[in-house]
Amino acid sequence: MSATRAAVTIQGVDKVFRTRKGGEVHALSDVSLEVAAGEFVSLIGPSGCGKSTLMRLVADLDPATGGEITVFGKTVEQARKDQDYGIAFQQAGLLPWRTVRANIELPLEIHGVDARARKERSDELLALIGLEDFADHHPDQLSGGMKQRVAIARSMAERPRLLLMDEPFGALDEMTREHMQNELVALCQETGAAVIFVTHSIPEAVFLSDRVVVMSPRPGRITDIIDLSFSSRDEDLREDAAFYKGVTAVRSALHGGADASPGPRGVENR
Amino acid sequence: MRTARAQSILWGVVGVLGVAALWELYKAVAPDEGVTVGSITVLPRTTDIAMPHIWDMVTRLFDPVTRAADADVLWWAVLQAAAFSLGIAALGWVLGVISGMLLALLMQRWLTAESAVLPWVVLSQTVPLIAIAPLVKRWGTNIHVGSFQWENWMSVAVIASYLAFFPVAVSALRGLKSPPQADTDLFHAYAAGWWTTLIRLRLPASVPYLMPALKLAAANAVVGTVVAEVSIGLGGGIGRMIIEFAATASGDPAKTWAPIFGAVLIGLLSAGLVALLGRGLGRFRRGEVPA
Repeated sequence: MSATRAAVTIQGVDKVFRTRKGGEVHALSDVSLEVAAGEFVSLIGPSGCGKSTLMRLVADLDPATGGEITVFGKTVEQARKDQDYGIAFQQAGLLPWRTVRANIELPLEIHGVDARARKERSDELLALIGLEDFADHHPDQLSGGMKQRVAIARSMAERPRLLLMDEPFGALDEMTREHMQNELVALCQETGAAVIFVTHSIPEAVFLSDRVVVMSPRPGRITDIIDLSFSSRDEDLREDAAFYKGVTAVRSALHGGADASPGPRGVENR
Repeated sequence: MRTARAQSILWGVVGVLGVAALWELYKAVAPDEGVTVGSITVLPRTTDIAMPHIWDMVTRLFDPVTRAADADVLWWAVLQAAAFSLGIAALGWVLGVISGMLLALLMQRWLTAESAVLPWVVLSQTVPLIAIAPLVKRWGTNIHVGSFQWENWMSVAVIASYLAFFPVAVSALRGLKSPPQADTDLFHAYAAGWWTTLIRLRLPASVPYLMPALKLAAANAVVGTVVAEVSIGLGGGIGRMIIEFAATASGDPAKTWAPIFGAVLIGLLSAGLVALLGRGLGRFRRGEVPA
């Protein structure tokens, strides 16, 4: 894979947090990963494995201690300034004084897009997430799932080629969650954006991802990468044997690798 | 909705009448010389000089201020003095809000500024008003710029602002710092600078914190104005009127209460004006009522 086609390359990245008492916490150790354009990659692992930290480094929200990260061939700082990625967090983080429409338009407004183009784009996105009727509502009038949909629409407002998502469905109930996953799959197929998706739900990672990156803590590192090349992603996949195989593969990787399960390492082996 | 509003007005009226009733009840029941334990008076005297009847206070408002032939009727004189003081208090409020906001911005922008300035902000409020009043007056009279002359009413406005800026500075700082990290991260991800983040995130987020502070600042500005009028010796306002009328208390006790009503009126008016301002900012206050 050539460097220009990669959405994100991560090479030998370290991250050390200094605690207030002068101690050091090794959050990430020698992490290397490449995410291709249009690829959906999930980061999964127990708490403290550094999956959110890794995403924050890619987003240039925290600086890496060592190693190199490039986003579309640029430094992370340049990529952030060029608005090469959209981002969504576990909390929807909508501004309560703005309507749904104004929240979706926020990044466009900050970057000086004129009112008509903003409205056009927010109309498109409202239709995409099925909240046309709620355009003039305020966030406190929405359910948790609706808020999260607005946050995702906001992350897509500038048509980024890369989406960074930190457990965006973590606070939702299982029903809403599956529904949102279906919608995200559809949105990604439409936009063709690469996604780095942080989660600690195994079925979620398997259902959404082209590859699942399994991480382990102390220090945070990548222990396994599982390829899942499903031919299609729809409701039927959740009942498919291939899906369960994927779940089993990720689970055994999470619980200590090969000895836990002799089963296939990825569905392409089935 | 409408009935709730009518009810709250009704209860407001009941509250005022209740205080009046208590006043008269106490006056009727308690002994003239009050209740004393040893040599300490624990309950006030109830003579007509100490506690005039409510109706005497009200009817006194419709008599002339003095026996002089050209004297204004009392309520009109009080109203004029109240308007004068309200004007100064409003100016003090505006000055206080501006300086409070600027201080809060300074402290939010630079952490060092917060550690350097905040203790002084808190300390400033421990200095008694009557101590700074003559200082402000003296500094002011040293200002000569062209034909500009420092007037006493300016000193009063400055002192009012000295009391008004404190709640604004403290609450605005809290408000500006209130956005959660997820929000500031989001703005950082948008490559938004300090100014954009301030206008689109921090200022709107600080409105729920500011509203009570603005009300408090209004009350402080009124108190500051009335007290500073006395300390500076500025005539024409409620402050001086209270002192002047107090001198006639033994002969005309009901008159003493007229400027106090005036002060209450200013307080109510200023609180009302700030509440009106808050209505205009309604959409930023959704967070105040968790939905």
